[in-house]
Amino acid sequence: MTRWERAQLAITLLAIDPQRLGGLVIRARAGPAQAVMLAAVQSLDIPTVKLQHHMTLEVLNGDIDLTASLASRRLVTRKSIFDCPSSLFVLPMAERCPPQFSARICQALEAGLGHGLIALDEGAEEGDCLPAALTDRLAFHVILEDVALQDLSSITLPSSLEKIRAEVLGVTLPAELREAAVILAASLGISSLRAPLLLVYAAQAHASLHARDAVTEEDLKVAVMLVYPHRATRLPQDPEPQVQPDEANPPEAPQDPTQAIPPNDLMIEAVKAVLPDGVLAQLQSTVKQPASGSGSGTRRKGNHRGRPLPARLGPKNSGARVDLVATLRAAIPWQTLRKSSNPKAIGPIFKASDLRHKRYEIQSDRLLIFTVDASGSAAVARLAEAKGAVELLLGEAYARRDHVALYAFRGAESEALLPPTRSLVQTKKRLAALPGGGATPLAAGLAAAFNLALQERRNGLTPTLVLLTDGRANVALDGSNDRVQAAMDALMLAGKIAEAQIPALVIDTTIRPEKTLQALAGKMRANYIALPRSDAKSVSGAVASALAQS
Amino acid sequence: MKQPFPFSAIVGQDDMKLAMVLTAIDPSIAGVLVFGERGTGKSTAVRALAGLLPPIIAVKACPVNSADVKDCPAWCDVSDASVQSIATPVVDLPLGASEDRVTGALDIEKALTKGEKAFQPGLFAQANRGYLYIDEVNLLEDHIVDLLLDVAQSGENVVEREGLSIRHAARFVLVGSGNPEEGELRPQLMDRFGLSVDVLSSTDIDERIEVIKRRDAYENDHEAFIAHWQSEDATLRARIVAARAALADLQTPDSALRRVAELCIALGSDGLRGELTLLKAARAFAAFAGDAAVTDDHIRKTAVLALRHRLRRDPLDDSGSSSRVARKISEILGE
Repeated sequence: MTRWERAQLAITLLAIDPQRLGGLVIRARAGPAQAVMLAAVQSLDIPTVKLQHHMTLEVLNGDIDLTASLASRRLVTRKSIFDCPSSLFVLPMAERCPPQFSARICQALEAGLGHGLIALDEGAEEGDCLPAALTDRLAFHVILEDVALQDLSSITLPSSLEKIRAEVLGVTLPAELREAAVILAASLGISSLRAPLLLVYAAQAHASLHARDAVTEEDLKVAVMLVYPHRATRLPQDPEPQVQPDEANPPEAPQDPTQAIPPNDLMIEAVKAVLPDGVLAQLQSTVKQPASGSGSGTRRKGNHRGRPLPARLGPKNSGARVDLVATLRAAIPWQTLRKSSNPKAIGPIFKASDLRHKRYEIQSDRLLIFTVDASGSAAVARLAEAKGAVELLLGEAYARRDHVALYAFRGAESEALLPPTRSLVQTKKRLAALPGGGATPLAAGLAAAFNLALQERRNGLTPTLVLLTDGRANVALDGSNDRVQAAMDALMLAGKIAEAQIPALVIDTTIRPEKTLQALAGKMRANYIALPRSDAKSVSGAVASALAQS
Repeated sequence: MKQPFPFSAIVGQDDMKLAMVLTAIDPSIAGVLVFGERGTGKSTAVRALAGLLPPIIAVKACPVNSADVKDCPAWCDVSDASVQSIATPVVDLPLGASEDRVTGALDIEKALTKGEKAFQPGLFAQANRGYLYIDEVNLLEDHIVDLLLDVAQSGENVVEREGLSIRHAARFVLVGSGNPEEGELRPQLMDRFGLSVDVLSSTDIDERIEVIKRRDAYENDHEAFIAHWQSEDATLRARIVAARAALADLQTPDSALRRVAELCIALGSDGLRGELTLLKAARAFAAFAGDAAVTDDHIRKTAVLALRHRLRRDPLDDSGSSSRVARKISEILGE
């Protein structure tokens, strides 16, 4: 089955049972493929409603229509856009859907009103995709990015939809196929229990499409191709459990249940047949970027606090505060005109278009955490240069009002020379007094910087790590002089830093670029700069430009 | 409208179910935080909870569900003292709800039509004496979180805006759910939840098949399914009511107090709130089990629920806070 045929089938099945299947994600940039799919959706006998990101919360939740009420001087309420008979909602640019919006859509899908959603995912990059909470609830996911124009054909839906719909609920499901659905999900590493449910519904829809009153293996196989591939997080392995450390199943778990019952090969073949075109490569990288939750003190433009920005036209959401002065200012020029059309009115006459609302910008400060290697190996040649570079950077940080914290590591442990501060003088003093010599506890230095970064992030700062080292770690986290363990600990911490998405920069202070340090920077997802024989000026220049990029 | 999925019919997830039952027995435990992956039955459980809770007696006309006409706030002007039995309110706080909607605000209808300055109660008022449920609590807007922190702590909602000066009782059990991948929760808010549960989807194939089976029956054979499980729900409800009554006479020996304190000190949990909550949870659990006094066993069963979200985070410890608590429990209480 080609991609386009799968897409056609997905639309057909969705038309049969939109309520239980939830919907469809179409991953494609705007173009003919998307247009043909949308045309098919429009031609259905289910009403379609377009959602837009700028829809206000009043529109989504239904509320008092303030402007209309003011204008008509009686209460005008407005129904929620979801408060309508069973419809298909079309969400363009779904990859940019903010979490608040998608949460509301999820609620609407589950409210039992029979709504379905067509999400148009126009993401350009791999990481750009719609909120996972939505993908999980929609049964199908079709990728039409590289479907050629000649493959496109118009989609014809079965004429007897009414009849099929009436029958779909009566389609029975043999118990062994239900089991197969669950086992297959487990062996593909799909942990959500919605997946097997959706699979069963899709199989039922497919069965009723072919006028069968019970689901057959063929139905299930087709449904598997549509529902499972994009959810898979791993491919089923041969019984030897030597690969794939699975995060969901810690090693001490009694036994991987997927190995106890071998999944049906036929089904796996079905998934594999769909998988290879590109999805396989992404399997390991499907970890989605965590969305920015506001519970943790992230930065954004808001309407409530922070530095005031110019007032904007119209209340964009109901949480906005009206800027009275700006509203008055907007209304005053029109007064003569309005008075002439309504001479009996007392006082200034306001229209909805006059309303201005307040906006504030919450600016988070950047915190540069310098972690300087002051060990013997580094000290000999480069400590002075590193100090000079840091000092230059401090000057720049001061100019930009960044916060700075300073850690040094040498001997057995790392030492906090300076907690986050903006004081330039103090930093310079501490830095100048920093002695060199001793072993290289790289892991301890990273751990200290990492903890500080997490802590300060919770306080609303945006931390950036700057690590200056020669990478020759020889003291492990537990203080033992074990080179291998030390390197492993450092790598482990680098992984943690990348996981926490803390931007970082690694400056290699060795004469010749150090391979292990490059690996470390890679693991940390940090920019790596090698500085063979450089002076303070060039370090500072490199850091400044790398920081500007990040 | 379909009946929600019955509470007793939820397969597995015993911790989550236990935590919810404990808050139903003693509402002062103040909430459950359910964190876990998608599709593990978080929202299903909360929606099912509404059907499980015993009804409450409330004054008919009171917007904050007061039990007695004396408790009704002055601004709502209740003259009719008749009471009625209503279902325990379970109120949804949608993400992106406005401040007005949550705390209540000027009643625009009255202001426009009658020119009166009246207060329109918000979600806090509706949730009084019941449950407030926040799905995706980790995505909640900061300013709403601030409001929530204050009210959850004081049990009173104070509105001072647009020339209104209103206060009313707002005591509710906070239930939050979310997916940790999508964002973290402020420690301050985390602390307001009495108990916290980490839900994982079951890795047991038979259990997973059972879930699909029951869901299928719920969809396709609705009446029979509901009828079957409703009797189970009724049994559980009766146990909750009995446990509430038993709570007053429950003995809490000094040794139990000491155990709880030892455990909290060993874990270094912040503040005394953990200790209090653990004690309440252990008491509720003892009452639920039909025992006459709190024993180590009750503490052991509830300690992870009550303490796991109160530990200082150790970013280097991969084992997670549940197992840290479990380790200390076996150290202090023995196996």
